[in-house]
Amino acid sequence: MADSVVSQDIPSVYEPSLFGTYSKKIGMWLFLMSDSLTFGALLYAYSYGRISTAGWPTPFHSASIINATIMTAFLLTSSLTMVLAVRASVQHDAKAQTLWLLATMVCGAAFVVLHGKEWSNLIAEGLTLPMFPAVPGHEANAEFANVAKSVPQFPSTFFTLTGMHMLHVTLGIVYLGVVALRRKFIPVLLVLWLIAWLGTPAYSPFHYGSHVLLLAAIVCGIILWLKPKVYDSSDVEVAGLYWHFVDLVWMFIFPLVYLMSARIL
Amino acid sequence: MDATQIALAERVAEEQRHHKKGQFFWVWGALLVMTAVEVYLTYQNMQPVKMLTILMGLSLIKAALIIGFFMHLRYEISRMKWLTMCSVVACLILMTIFFFPDAHRIVTLGVK
Repeated sequence: MADSVVSQDIPSVYEPSLFGTYSKKIGMWLFLMSDSLTFGALLYAYSYGRISTAGWPTPFHSASIINATIMTAFLLTSSLTMVLAVRASVQHDAKAQTLWLLATMVCGAAFVVLHGKEWSNLIAEGLTLPMFPAVPGHEANAEFANVAKSVPQFPSTFFTLTGMHMLHVTLGIVYLGVVALRRKFIPVLLVLWLIAWLGTPAYSPFHYGSHVLLLAAIVCGIILWLKPKVYDSSDVEVAGLYWHFVDLVWMFIFPLVYLMSARIL
Repeated sequence: MDATQIALAERVAEEQRHHKKGQFFWVWGALLVMTAVEVYLTYQNMQPVKMLTILMGLSLIKAALIIGFFMHLRYEISRMKWLTMCSVVACLILMTIFFFPDAHRIVTLGVK
């Protein structure tokens, strides 16, 4: 037992943070700094492969570039809706905050769906990894199949880099869903998992990749059960930092991976 | 900067941070326009090195806009800005120093 009692009648002195902001935000910045090095390493690995490999492929035709541009527009728009959600939370407008957060999630989901569609097309056409099952009843494009065999560094670095980013976007949607809807988001997440799992064919990487959503639902369920809370404006702002970071990373992936490997006919 | 100055800077930053809604739309528009410019350049069949330079330049401007306005770093105190940005940039420069000279060496050696 402590043998001294802390006196409570002394007026407390506000001691500001060394960095002029609250600890949650500093923690998120530190995480984002470390994550930027992860993406930095992946982007450098891709660029290294490109510089040092003779005959680096340029497999992205006009349709792929248009698709990637629409994806970029969705991600940029999601950043705008996110910053408006943060603004609404600071102004204590709970309804607007939830609506802007949901709009951000919808834009993020559109990005993931378009990206998934593009991945599926590339895999079906033969630009694939050995770990992905072959698409039954689909003739591989000779050009893409040749790329996968002659320059395996391309599909390896492409799928690792864009897959890592897609995972970040997916987890970002889950994060925003929890901040916006709290416990109500868990059943939504489980429905999304079932749709993604049952709606994709067994040979698709998204069939087993969809279990990320199940894992996220379990983890979020445990967190919300152990520490239920109402998220305030600081939580929304910290979630926003994560979301903008995901957008920021895409601003480098889009030109380096897509535009620099485009073949416009 | 003492504790009082930090507290004052923090309060001013918090007041400035969320009161310019139109500014966010301008930044969003600028980001979309720069993306459109990047895509336009793709259709111009430029020399790869020249195109890479322009694309990376535009990407850095877009990154600065996102970090400064959307992530609100421009409203943080100087200590926060400098420490976060300098440490990330220093690490990325280190990666560049290690990766690219080696990649360039392989290219100049030629295929044996």
